Amino acid sequence: MAESDNIVAETAERIFADLADSQTINHSKDAGWKSPLWQALTDAGLTLSWVPEACEGSGASLADGFSVLNSAGRFAVAVPLVETMLAGWLLGQAGIASPTGAMTLAPADPRDRIRLDDNGALSGRARGIPFAQDAKHLAVLATGPNGYSIAVVDAALCRIAAGLNLANDASDTVIFDKVRPISTRPAPKGFDHSTLLLMGSVARSLQIAGALETMLEISVGYANERVAFEKKIARFQAVQHNLAKLAGEAAAAMAAASSAADAVANCTKFDDAIFLEATSAKIRCAEAAEKGAAIAHQVHGAIGFTSEHVLHRYTLRALAWRDDFGSDSYWAVELGKRVAARGADELWPLVASR
Amino acid sequence: MTTALRFDPIRLPPECEVLRKEVRAFLADEIAAGTFDPHKPQREDNDAPEFSRRVGERGWLGMTWPKKYGGHERSFLERYVVTEEMRVANAPTRRFFVADRQSGPMLLKYAPEHIKLDILPRICRGEVCFSIGMSEPNSGSDLFAAKTKATKADGGWLINGSKIWTTSAHIADYMIAIFRTSPPTRENRRHGLTQFLVDMKTPGIAVNPIRQITGQYEFNEVVFTDAFVADDHVLGEIDGAWKQATSELAYERSGPERFLETYYVLTELVRAVGAKPDTRSAEGIGRLVAQLHAMRRMSVSVAGMLQAGKEPVVEASIVKDIGTVWEQQLPHRVRELAAFVDVDASNHATLDEQLAFATKLAPKLTIQGGTTEVLRGIIARGLGLR
Repeated sequence: MAESDNIVAETAERIFADLADSQTINHSKDAGWKSPLWQALTDAGLTLSWVPEACEGSGASLADGFSVLNSAGRFAVAVPLVETMLAGWLLGQAGIASPTGAMTLAPADPRDRIRLDDNGALSGRARGIPFAQDAKHLAVLATGPNGYSIAVVDAALCRIAAGLNLANDASDTVIFDKVRPISTRPAPKGFDHSTLLLMGSVARSLQIAGALETMLEISVGYANERVAFEKKIARFQAVQHNLAKLAGEAAAAMAAASSAADAVANCTKFDDAIFLEATSAKIRCAEAAEKGAAIAHQVHGAIGFTSEHVLHRYTLRALAWRDDFGSDSYWAVELGKRVAARGADELWPLVASR
Repeated sequence: MTTALRFDPIRLPPECEVLRKEVRAFLADEIAAGTFDPHKPQREDNDAPEFSRRVGERGWLGMTWPKKYGGHERSFLERYVVTEEMRVANAPTRRFFVADRQSGPMLLKYAPEHIKLDILPRICRGEVCFSIGMSEPNSGSDLFAAKTKATKADGGWLINGSKIWTTSAHIADYMIAIFRTSPPTRENRRHGLTQFLVDMKTPGIAVNPIRQITGQYEFNEVVFTDAFVADDHVLGEIDGAWKQATSELAYERSGPERFLETYYVLTELVRAVGAKPDTRSAEGIGRLVAQLHAMRRMSVSVAGMLQAGKEPVVEASIVKDIGTVWEQQLPHRVRELAAFVDVDASNHATLDEQLAFATKLAPKLTIQGGTTEVLRGIIARGLGLR
């Protein structure tokens, strides 16, 4: 996924390059860079990529949208683009049209549930909701007496306890206290929390893979510039081997995430094979984030530890994204349980299923 | 960066799944007939000539080669499926694996026509075993320091010196080896080595066994004393082996055999923990399965790129680096996770035996066929660092 394969991703890439340059953002004293970026993304129809044209969205394919997410990761984009896309996708599952403006979605933690009561009001607490304080609306998956429902909610009606993730992006607790949604519809048959979390996990995997690609690129670039002991540090075998390992982690993340995205884009239902693809992507990308970020920092030395240098924009986001929509530990337990329940002799057929 | 890494999400086409079923059925029959025990990777008698012939009869050797030479003109992805199913079943592939993977393709590219017509069909029938003569007592990873000499004689060459760590030399019919035909030049230290096809029945070749720490006998020291190799057995350019030795490496480095070598301990761990594992076992198994899946996706992706005529040399090296480190660590991770498994679990003895074997085998995985250090050097070069 080194170069974009489609016009949607190319558009996104161009906007990111123009308006989300990490150096510029890193040196800006305020959040003034956010609104031109958001405006450009909105104008290009990217925020509603996954909203069907019938619902006044862009109606891009899942595959095209996924490459936007990967690109967003490469630029460590810190506006709620991915969240708005996911929210639009979630609402689209129930045929609910997306409102304009930034959105996010809930729940994003496997332990949280939002309840829909008999009166059509939502109650519950959702932790670690990315960009809730920046969102105008929330797309919510709720459980009610008649199964799962999908709702769109005015964010102003929710109580939002502001929080920050590792990269200082908003990651908030949203409290629904008998909140009346703008619209509520039943979720499609078979759609549950796991579906939502798996989709979110694939998105985060693509972002992490993208961030790792950039970590590799800037680390290689730095090693080819920085001189120590009278030669470029790229000439030291220890540094070369560390960067080779970083390349391996970036490669593993890229392969796992793009495979999961491709699998989800071409599936009709979230079966065991999709479960393997999506959970493996999240687990492996999270592991790669840890190993990759450590190497990228090691290669950069002290300069990479400063807030002035852009490296942290990628490393800290990659590390933070591990926790959204089910951490690698959570999904590893779930995957392990599923593998065990299928039995030892069914493991290889599952792994070799595509 | 000079190279952008690429791992396209390749899917195995439908014909691969048909083939996979055939291979599984074949292997199940072989297991039922007692040809091999899939739970005993540690068995000593990995050489199974009859099994090799039956694999050949099924058309699973030389799968991608031209029909003219006994091949089947099938895709690399189909070959991939056969390889991974054989590996996961712990099938006794030693006799044909090297010939099918690398010696055959090497002959296809560099051997004269009459030799291709003679040997390749026999590889496809599972009749011949190949070994590779690269390392010498004083040159391992530093391939181009090889000293074993080929001296020009009437109609051919006389070989003197020795190769070492030569897997299967004791059962091999042929060896493809590099010998020194000229000294290296000041400009190019890789100059002066030539590839030869050696018939192992040639007088002047002594094969001395070397025992390994697993207790198995796989590799050997091979001593050449005035062993004669005919001119038509030179493969490729004289003094130019360095141009050839690297061309097939992407195939060798990225296949399923580069991460499935100790896979059986994971299967047995899943069996041992049962249908309802505790959280610790579940997480451990989940992570290992996720890592395995990610590696297989990388490996299949490289196979797909090779099939499409691309040359993903760096990507292939990454697969081998990550894959071999993983399969090396696997027995240790499984040991940790198995620490609290009920000792009365039905497969506990099998798991213990397998772990003991895999733990002893593990060190070689990051050495054979290009050490981790060599691979990382290649990756670093691809990244533009050297």
